[in-house]
Amino acid sequence: MAATTTPQPQPKTNRIGLTVLDYRGSKTTLCAGCGHNAISERIIDAFYEMGTPPERVIKTSGIGCSSKSPAYFMSRSHSFNSVHGRMPSVTTGAVLANHRLVALGVSGDGDTASIGIGQFVHLMRRNLPIIYIIEDNGVYGLTKGQFSATADLGSKLKTGVINDLPPIDTCALAISLGATFVGRSFSGDKRQLHTMLKAALAHRGTVMIDVVSPCVTFNDHEGSTKSFKFMKDHEEPLHDLNFVPSFHEIDVEYDPGATINVTMHDGSSLRMHKLEEDYDPTDKIRALTRLAQSQQADEVLTGVLYLNTQAPDFIEMLNMTDEPLASLPESVTRPSRQVLEACMEELR
Amino acid sequence: MATTEIAVHGSATSADRQPIVNDFSIQVATANGSGSQSANTVLLRTIFQMGVPVSGKNLFPSNIAGLPTWYTIRASKRGYIARKKEIDFVVAMNPETAREDVMSLAPGAAVLYDEPLKLNELRSDLVFYSAPFDKLVATVCPEAKLRKLVRNMIYVGVMAQLLNLDMAEVEKALRKQFAKKIKAADMNWNAAKAGYDYAVASLIKSDPFIVERMNKTAGMIIVDGNSAAAMGSMFAGVTVVTWYPITPSSSLVESLIDYMKVYRINAEGKATFAIVQAEDELAAVGMVLGAGWAGARSMTATAGPGISLMAEFAGLGYYVEIPGVIWDIQRVGPSTGLPTRTSQGDIEFVAKLSHGDTVHPMLIPSSVSECFSMASEAFNLTDHLQTPVFVMSDLDLGMNNWMSDPFEYPTEPINRGKVLSKEDLDRLGGFARYKDVDGDGIGYRTLPGIDHPQGAWFARGSGHNEKAQYSERPDDYKNNLDRLRHKFERAREVVPKPEVMRNEGHEIGVIAYGTSHHALVEALDQLQTDHGVKVDYLRLKAYPFTAEVHDFIATHPRVYIVDQNRDGQMFNLLKLDMPAEEVVRLRSVRHYNGLPIDARSVTDDIIAQEGK
Repeated sequence: MAATTTPQPQPKTNRIGLTVLDYRGSKTTLCAGCGHNAISERIIDAFYEMGTPPERVIKTSGIGCSSKSPAYFMSRSHSFNSVHGRMPSVTTGAVLANHRLVALGVSGDGDTASIGIGQFVHLMRRNLPIIYIIEDNGVYGLTKGQFSATADLGSKLKTGVINDLPPIDTCALAISLGATFVGRSFSGDKRQLHTMLKAALAHRGTVMIDVVSPCVTFNDHEGSTKSFKFMKDHEEPLHDLNFVPSFHEIDVEYDPGATINVTMHDGSSLRMHKLEEDYDPTDKIRALTRLAQSQQADEVLTGVLYLNTQAPDFIEMLNMTDEPLASLPESVTRPSRQVLEACMEELR
Repeated sequence: MATTEIAVHGSATSADRQPIVNDFSIQVATANGSGSQSANTVLLRTIFQMGVPVSGKNLFPSNIAGLPTWYTIRASKRGYIARKKEIDFVVAMNPETAREDVMSLAPGAAVLYDEPLKLNELRSDLVFYSAPFDKLVATVCPEAKLRKLVRNMIYVGVMAQLLNLDMAEVEKALRKQFAKKIKAADMNWNAAKAGYDYAVASLIKSDPFIVERMNKTAGMIIVDGNSAAAMGSMFAGVTVVTWYPITPSSSLVESLIDYMKVYRINAEGKATFAIVQAEDELAAVGMVLGAGWAGARSMTATAGPGISLMAEFAGLGYYVEIPGVIWDIQRVGPSTGLPTRTSQGDIEFVAKLSHGDTVHPMLIPSSVSECFSMASEAFNLTDHLQTPVFVMSDLDLGMNNWMSDPFEYPTEPINRGKVLSKEDLDRLGGFARYKDVDGDGIGYRTLPGIDHPQGAWFARGSGHNEKAQYSERPDDYKNNLDRLRHKFERAREVVPKPEVMRNEGHEIGVIAYGTSHHALVEALDQLQTDHGVKVDYLRLKAYPFTAEVHDFIATHPRVYIVDQNRDGQMFNLLKLDMPAEEVVRLRSVRHYNGLPIDARSVTDDIIAQEGK
């Protein structure tokens, strides 16, 4: 009847028929211009583009500005804002209960490198399937600007206090302890972070990405080493990243001499066009050496620092049944009367 | 260090005293790590196999090898299985403690000692037997290196002869102990026989203690509480287990690993469980809550120091309202505070574990069969109440061997509580996580991974409204806390009811819990036969207290609460729970020296407080 009306344009959808709005969360309550908000945007875009059902995702966090951010993306995902520094254990438990969940852990530099360093290092050892993001600004924001353990030597607080302790390099720790996808990025490097997150979704095992994310209120001044300006001046990308998802039909040509191509767990390709000629992210020793050099040279190395697509993840190591433990029926989880009788007989 | 207390009663030594049949306790003193555990278990099992009620208690140091350790075996024709204060027979194998072990005995007791120790010179009011253990072991074990391992089995043989044990039963117990290790079994059997033969040839029975066959243990089992809890957890359908090794809880999970590896591997050879040794107790409980949130039946086992570390997560579990079972195998104090001695020292701490307003349900097993059955109860309760549930065992129950009737297969089906499915959400269109729909304070939850766009909720601390949205509004906060209080009040109706063991209208009531029960059973008889005092007795099985506990206190003018801790922790919890006019009825009996409570101490304390 309304023959004359023009058809409404269909909203753009991803491969599972969802729009980008289906990946959004509540309105952020972080400061305007906070790097963490940019990271939330990249997460939304990456999960949308990869067509990951938000219902399959769990967002977990500890305490701090960073740990508030899971409220600001993907409202259709379950989320657990847990205890300060203890996101790794909560996430581990959840993934053990249901290994089909896509676990996204969001932490900060205080939450990870100080109070949570114990759980962080042990998580890295297990190669649990998780994407672990550190939103790294070098300060405690919610308590008004004290140094964290990732603050660089000589970095200056707004109050003039100079940091005279060496920083903990979370990437070097993660690589040496067993994480199988380790990257560093910058909240202001939209394209790199976005690509890295998509590749992270294609990986099976522990993905650890340290994202330098300036705190506009407490750590974006002259003398800070986690400011936008410092990052613009000191970021050293290892490579240009390109990601070709497994469900993409059109492949792009690349030059094998200048580009490292890695096939990910789900069949996708991660292509790293070398900016540093001899950098090979599958070489663990090289990665650690290069990170140490960058610290001495006062540069922030970004990109995929280390990648191992072959190592077994924690679920494989535990030889767990494919059906999630959470949904196993009583017939499987409660042994029979005969088993009890056998146990009793042994004790007579 | 004395582990026996000098008994007050006296009796003369006499070779022709009336025999004392199936009513005595033996204490074996050895050095830790000397392999005495096998010998002691064989002795215990032999008496058990002869149909005589028996209990064994291991008093061991926090040490790998070398420090003194004692094992007490009590035979009791009346079925008393608590620790007996008085030791009747000492086997003195440890030169370091031998003197004190002997000096603390009551007159008339017997001592078997290693000949070079010459203990018979110490006292003239005891019966002494000596045996040349080194010489005997050399005859049965040519290989010098192995002698250390079988030396202790010689005293089993000597004691078998002195106590009139059936050597066929000794062999049966010994072969069970060494199971498939035939060579070790043969070597040990030869040592036991050598001890027996030596006693026949060289010792003259001059003490009154003997064992005679009874039929009180037919069909029964012997097991420690931790293994029972492990079996119970397996039959309760546990799927995620996390832990950090700590005495006295480690053997619970280690036993569980052994059982699960046999009985919870499916036809494809895959595990229907995950057991993870965490980096500490913080991580262990964090994993439990993460797994509980995502829908697994999850548990951890720990002791006091671990409980301390779990405090923050326990509070979060309470406020997020997710299930998880935490076994607390209680022991004495922090750090090096007697980690290998028993206590009921965590009761008050666990009841309120965490900052802010928190309160937790506790189940309190008193026997190995309750360690088994309460596992299923704890899991159904934690799923129903959507809050962490603590099972308060202790070292005495967890690590010692107890005889028991065989465990009964769980009668209640596995009940996962109020969990909404996709179909439920299709029907309802959505849900409010913390809304008290049913009036019991328990909301409906969904599990992560549910395939429904309205399925998710945000798990966070106490600052949330009914829809699990972040809120700092005073009314939201207060409503949430009031609902949680209401939930806990209603939990009184669903936690295990106490066992009212005797309620005949006597003036005095006694309330005990956990392992104190076994001392109480004996103390009730002592009070009646030795002092003419009759008392009623209620055994607590859970916190919060149920109506039956209130009724019991309301109908007894004087009620003694028996605690194995210094501060009368359950006494304090009861005081908080009772109306003011009834608080004055409550009195406290406290035992706290690191040793399991004994009947005589309870009896004496009550009689003293009664002014008799």
